[in-house]
Order: sequence, then C-alpha cells, then structure tokens
Amino acid sequence: MAKITLDNLAHSYSPNPSGPEDYALKQLDHDWVDGEAYALLGASGCGKSTLLNIISGLLEPSQGRILFDGVDVTHAPTAQRNIAQVFQFPVVYDTMTVRDNLAFPLRNRGADAAYIAKRVQEIGAMIGMEAVLDRKARGLTADAKQKISLGRGMVREDVNALLFDEPLTVIDPHMKWELRTQLKSLHQQFGHTMIYVTHDQTEALTFADKVVVMYDGRVVQMGTPQELFERPEHTFVGYFIGSPGMNVLAAEVRGDRAVIGGQEIGLGRSFGQPKGRVEVGVRPEFTRLGAEGLPATVKRVEDVGRHKIVRADVGGTEVNVILSEGVPVPADATRIAFAPEGVNVYSDGWRVAPEAATPEGAAA
Amino acid sequence: MTDTTTSAPGSASIPGRATEAPIAARRKPPIKGAAVVMGLYLLFLMLPLYWLLNMSLKTNAEILGSFTLWPRDLTFANYATILTDPSWYSGYINSLIYVCMNVAITLTVALPAAYAFSRYHFMGDKHLFFWLLTNRMAPPAVFALPFFQLYSSVQLFDTHIAVALAHCLFNVPLAVWILEGFMRGVPKEIDETAYIDGYSFPKFFVKIFMPLIASGIGVAAFFAFMFSWVELLLSRTLTAVEAKPIAATMTRTVGASGVDWGVLAAAGVLTIVPGALVIWFVRNYIAKGFALGRV
Amino acid sequence: MNKTVNQKAWFLVLPVLALVSFSAVIPLMTVVNYSVQDSFGNNQFFWAGLEWFKEMLESERMWNALWRQLAFSAIILAIQIPLGIIVALNMPKSGFWASFCLVLMSLPLLIPWNVVGTIWQIFGRVDIGLLGYTLDAIGIEYNYTQNFYAAWITVIVMDVWHWTSLVALLAYAGLQSIPDAYYQAAKIDQASRWAVFRYIELPKMAGVLMIAILLRFMDSFMIYTEPFVVTGGGPGNSTTFLSIDLVKMALGQFDLGPAAAFSIMYFLVILLISWVFYTVMTNMDKRDGV
Repeated sequence: MAKITLDNLAHSYSPNPSGPEDYALKQLDHDWVDGEAYALLGASGCGKSTLLNIISGLLEPSQGRILFDGVDVTHAPTAQRNIAQVFQFPVVYDTMTVRDNLAFPLRNRGADAAYIAKRVQEIGAMIGMEAVLDRKARGLTADAKQKISLGRGMVREDVNALLFDEPLTVIDPHMKWELRTQLKSLHQQFGHTMIYVTHDQTEALTFADKVVVMYDGRVVQMGTPQELFERPEHTFVGYFIGSPGMNVLAAEVRGDRAVIGGQEIGLGRSFGQPKGRVEVGVRPEFTRLGAEGLPATVKRVEDVGRHKIVRADVGGTEVNVILSEGVPVPADATRIAFAPEGVNVYSDGWRVAPEAATPEGAAA
Repeated sequence: MTDTTTSAPGSASIPGRATEAPIAARRKPPIKGAAVVMGLYLLFLMLPLYWLLNMSLKTNAEILGSFTLWPRDLTFANYATILTDPSWYSGYINSLIYVCMNVAITLTVALPAAYAFSRYHFMGDKHLFFWLLTNRMAPPAVFALPFFQLYSSVQLFDTHIAVALAHCLFNVPLAVWILEGFMRGVPKEIDETAYIDGYSFPKFFVKIFMPLIASGIGVAAFFAFMFSWVELLLSRTLTAVEAKPIAATMTRTVGASGVDWGVLAAAGVLTIVPGALVIWFVRNYIAKGFALGRV
Repeated sequence: MNKTVNQKAWFLVLPVLALVSFSAVIPLMTVVNYSVQDSFGNNQFFWAGLEWFKEMLESERMWNALWRQLAFSAIILAIQIPLGIIVALNMPKSGFWASFCLVLMSLPLLIPWNVVGTIWQIFGRVDIGLLGYTLDAIGIEYNYTQNFYAAWITVIVMDVWHWTSLVALLAYAGLQSIPDAYYQAAKIDQASRWAVFRYIELPKMAGVLMIAILLRFMDSFMIYTEPFVVTGGGPGNSTTFLSIDLVKMALGQFDLGPAAAFSIMYFLVILLISWVFYTVMTNMDKRDGV
C-alpha cells in the first residue's frame, strides 16, 4: 500500500512535441491517497489509459516524476513497482489451470509453495471460483476469465495499488453489477489503493470514493460524486455526468444578472464580470417549467419511469427539464426558469466561483 | 558526439542530430539482439540470390576463369539472349498464361464451395472436405504419368489449360480451405439481412459478400499463384513445345559445349521477377495473409 | 458458428467436385488399374492381383527410399519449426523494417522449385559457387556430387533456405494476433522471458504452428524437383527420396505396375501420417478445453 504522487507529469506520444495539442496527457500534479478508491472517468481518448499506464510503468512519461511513498519510481520497470493491473479484455494464461493462473505472480516472485497454496485457495474463495480451480482457463466465460485476472491482481498481499482499465467492458450487464459490488467489498475489506478507469459514469460514481474526471488530456475535476454533481468545475463535467447532462447556454453575465438570447434573468448570486466565452450551466434537476424566465418551446416529453424528461428549445439551444413522477407538464409551459442554488457560470469552459455576498448584497 | 557535449543551452529545441541521438539511444536499446538475428537470417536468404544475380551479369569467361565477388566485366548479354529469342521468352509467356488461368479457375470454383462449407451442413460435408484436403497431400510424382495419359487421351496434351487444370489438383483444396476460414469470420446475419433486403443469391454473393472477404480472396489468389508458378514436375510432364514453361526451358542451357552458366543464371533471375512483383504489391497484407484467416 | 442443414449446398460444391474428380479420381483410378495388372507391351494387360504390392513391400529399394524420406522430413521439421519461431520472435513488430523483412523473407517461396535447385547447385560448386569456393578455400572438403554428407547437408540447407520463411511467416502472423495487454500483464506478473514464450506466445501460435507442421511435413515428404536438380538423387542413391525414386521407376524405366503400387502406398503413408498429426493436435486442443 502506498501513496502515489504525480509530480509535474506530462506525456506525449510524439518524440518532439511542438505544442500542447501533441500531449496525450497535459501537465499534472496529483496525490493518490493511500487506501482510497478512485475512479478515473472520461470519454475515449482523453488520456486516462495513458495516465494509468504511466502509473503502472508500462509507459515512461516524457516529463515529470512518479513517487510511491516518496520514492521516485519514474524509471523503474513495472515489476519493481509492485502494482497489479486488470485490463479491459480478460488476460488469462489459457493453457494453465485456474489455480496456476492465480499462483503465477507469486511463483514468479519466488514465494514458498505452502504459502502459495494457502493464498490461492483464499483468493479462489474470494472470487467465487474454488470449484473450478483445477480446470484449464481456456474455455471459461469472459466474466470468469475477468475474475481470474482480478484474482491475479489480488493474490499479492503487498501490492502498492490495484489498477483497473475499464475491466467490465466485455462483461454482461448483470454480471457487471455483481463484479462491481465484489470489488467494492474487497476494497472495504483490504483497503488497497485502487484506481479504476472507466467511461461509464454509473460505474465511476458507484465504485469510487473520489472521482477524477479527465478531458482532453487534463484532469478537469476531482471530487466526491456529490461535488461533481452540484459544482461541476468544467462544462464537460457538467454534461458528462448526469443523465441528461447539464444545460449549457451562452450568456452575458454582469454581476447577478445574465442575458441569454436577448432576455435578461436574475442569477440569485453575483458572479462579477467574467471574461472570455461565458456560459451559464444549470442541471435539468434545477430547471423549472412555468410562466416566468426564458421563453421556451417544449419539443418532446420522455417518460423514463421515475421521472419525466422534457426536451425544450430555448433560442436554438436544447434545454432539458426533469419533472418528478406524477407532476404533469404545466399547460402554460412557455418559459423556463433556473433555481438559484443550481446556477453555475463558466468562463471559457471553467467554473467561475460566485462572489462572497457583499454587505450591500446582504442588505438588499 | 561533439555536438552534444558542446551544445549551448537552448540547442535542445533545434531538431537534428544533437537532440535525436540521445532520445533514440534511451528509447530503444533492447532491439539489438533481434536485429542481429534478423540480419544473419536475411543474409543467409540473400547470399545465394545475390550470387545468382552476380553470375547473370558476368560473361562465361569471367564465371569460369576467375572467382569474383562482383562482376568486373559487367554485361547484359545474357539477358539480351533471353529477351530476344522467342524460344526463350515464350517460356515466360506460357508460364504466366497457365498460372493466370489456374488462379481464375481456382477462385471461380473454390468461392461457392467455400461458401457452402462455411454456411451449411449437408450430407457428407465433412468427408468431402477431408477428401478435398487429401488431394493437397497427393504427391505430384504419383500423378505425373496418369495425368500425361489422361490429358493425351482428351487431346489436351501440350496446352496451357492442361497445366492449369492439373495445378487445380492442389490449388483448389488449398483455396477452399483458406476461403472457408475467412468466410467463417463473416457473421451470418449479413447474409440474412441481404436476403431480407431482396438480394438474389448471386447478386448478394458478388455485390456484398465478396467485398467482405476481399482480403481472403487476395490471399487465396496469392497462394494459387505461388504454387502454380513454382511447380515444375507436372507442368513439364504435360507440355512439349507449345505450352512449355520457362522452368523447363532452362534445361536448354546444357549444350554440347557444357553449361551456359551466364544465361542459366539470367533465366533464373528472370523467374524470380514475377514472384517479387507479386510480393511487392501484397507486402502490407503478407502477415495477415499468412494467418490464413485462422488466427 | 451454427450452420443450418441445407442439401442444396451440394450445388455450390458441384464445380469443385467435378474439377477435382477429373484431376484426381480418374488419374487415381488409372494408377489403381496399373497396380493390379501386368503388361508385356503392346497395350496388353493381365490381371496381376496384389503381386506388385507384394513385390514392392519386399523391395529393399522402396524401404530404403522410405527411410531416407522419413529421415529427411524429420530433420527438416526439427530445424525449420524452431528456427522459424526464433525468426518470428525477432522480427520487427511494425513499420518499414517489418515490411522489409516480410518482402525479403517471402522471396524464396516464390521461386520456381527447379530454380531453387539451380541456385544451390551453382552456390555449392567448388569452382564457381560462393559457398563451395569458400569452404574449399578454408580447407573443408566439400563436394555434393561425390560425398554422402555433403549431399545431405546441401539438400537440407537448401530446404531450410527455401521453406523456413513459411514457418516464420505463419508464426509471425500468430504473434501479431496477441493483444498488448498480454505482454503488459506478464510484466506486471513478473513473468520471465521464457514464461512469456511458454504461456502466452506458444499457446497463441499453436494453431498456425499446426498448419506449418502439416504443410512442411506434406511438402517435404513429396519433395522432388529441388534435390533432383542439385544431386539427381546421388551420390549413388543417397538422396533418392520417394518421389525421385517413383519418377525414375515410372517415367525412366516405365515399370508401370510396380510404380503404380508404389504410388498408392506412398500416398497412403502421407495420408496416414498427416491424419495422425491432425488428430493428435486437434485432440490436444480439445483436451485443453475441458
């Protein structure tokens, strides 16, 4: 178990990067706290697998350092870092039995036979495969194979961290849930540092204590699922997390007023004078249909069971509104308003913090 | 070397030797051993070929008179002899004709059969498939004499088609087998969708299915070309004058005055050219092709 | 893939059936016909029963050719399969050098077989060949037309030169199909280079290697042209393999009856050995699956 520190890290696949666009992973400083479960969330190609491979030592970063408990391992090979990794597609040694598969990492490190036998038995039980330990791994189902990969990762007690690279991609939906639950309970039981890469927000939010959202080679936000939901630091986090994602509208913001499509509305809090490309972001959960606010046209209503999603059009931009179950679409639904506590303002994609309430503001 | 030691600050951003050398040295040291192995192996492959080329560019006097590692007295006379004498170059034309015929026949009959084997169960399918493969195992030497008699009796002796048909004996089974492997990789739903969309079988096969297994067809054609081009025993037995292959023509170099080494070597080099051309065109598919769709 | 039963599929196989029957069945019937008859010329044939088979089975000539043939094929497989794997493991994975190696390696495969023979015939000559001259110059006695060992070594080196690339290309294709994740997992598991080969590369290559072994066995067992050009079966009969012996008998001496009996037995031996190879390997596959 170890604390993993990324110090000034960046990576480019081209040998002579000429600008930031050549970097698959842009400069990054970060501490992964010992014993926590992290999810690394982002769309395909955002650099999350690159980051994972740098941590595991399969890739050497073009710049910066990686420290395990303060020891520089940037140039140390994978084997010396003592980490375990589970890949997207199950990697098992087909010609070996399940038992030999699980014992393989221990044997390679010269552990003694009695210990290996005991440990393999434990892990076999943990992943629920005691019954098939003596079967050849070839011919098992994808999820059984993925469990073996997982078991191979867990079999060493002293691993510094367990890394998962979209491990549930090839697993059937109902098995996904089971494996994820199993992972979570293993984490609670053993307290390994875990980093779980995924592009599936449900997986990330249910698995992790902390979710790290990546976009275009950059970490855009790190926080608990609740923080990501309430205060997305970047518009990308806003619409990547949530279903449907955050509504984002181009706006001009002056203090606590915003002009959207020629229409002025109040924001409830003051955001100063943000520069650059300014947008207002509000989650559908904080958006209301009614007689006041921005003029809108309702396009479509989708009933998804627990609630309804109203798809509306505001000056050419699609805006989604969530209505709780049983609430009818109001007959006079010609305008859309935002709840002040749910309004976020973005400048060039990044969140602008609301100004602390001024004495005058408090007086008013 | 001196570049790196004396480089001023900031010179690292200048592309060139000074910056690239250390990166290359840092990134790929472990390739060395592999390069040595490959270098030795390729040297082993190329030396005899070089020697043939070397000889083809020498005069007979130089070949026999002195031992030289490269032609001191460079001559193209040997090639001129072959390319101007119809009895020589017609050998190439004959070979190319029957090879192309063979490839065309092989693919035409193998495609539907491979489709049947990859998609359907029918009475005796397994036995038929194995029987086909046994023909690939038949030694041509066994068939030389009966072929001679068979093709003589149907008046096909010394024709291109005779050789092309004879080569089908081993090329058709191989092609069926290769194509079957590729076709198995195409999901059956594609066929069904096409039928639902109202395609007839022939139209579906040509318009939709064949483009999907284009690489497989290429691989089968490559192997058919290869085995037909390199075979000599049957093609020599079944021809006399009209369809005589180049490989058989080469025996002409043994004359009363001994072997005409220079011309023999030049003829040898020229037989390598068509194969080399084919390889050049398929170079990007070789690795995939040799997997025969079965990896 | 689950296949449907469809007897009409026979129509699709019909062209192949017709063509291969014409090219295989009729000649084979001719061979069988000869094998049970005797002729005193003038196209007059008499029933000879299994006489020729008996004669051939008792003939030392055929047995000698068969042992030579088996020894040759065994040596060929023992060299070419491991060497092909080694070459495949050392090939560049991608880029210009990969194409470069592939093109050069494929070259020997597309050279007409008698030209392969000619190339080595020239290459090994003491007077005008690089190999022969060099060996002679450093004092090694080498004459493939006179010396038994020199003849065998020449024929074997020639076949290694000619066909190892086929094994290497097949093995390389197998290696290319291994996803990177396997190598990465092996690194994480601290597997040795040998373990990576034994547990990842070899199992993934097994399928193509089986094809390679079968092809190489069949083709080396039928070899005719190349050794015929180089040694003509000599010195003496020392490189007279089955096909060379058969052609000598059938076309050279026109002993049709014995040659036909010989042919049939020859064919059956190939079928038998190939079938054994095939079953053993597919059974190994099945057993692993359980």
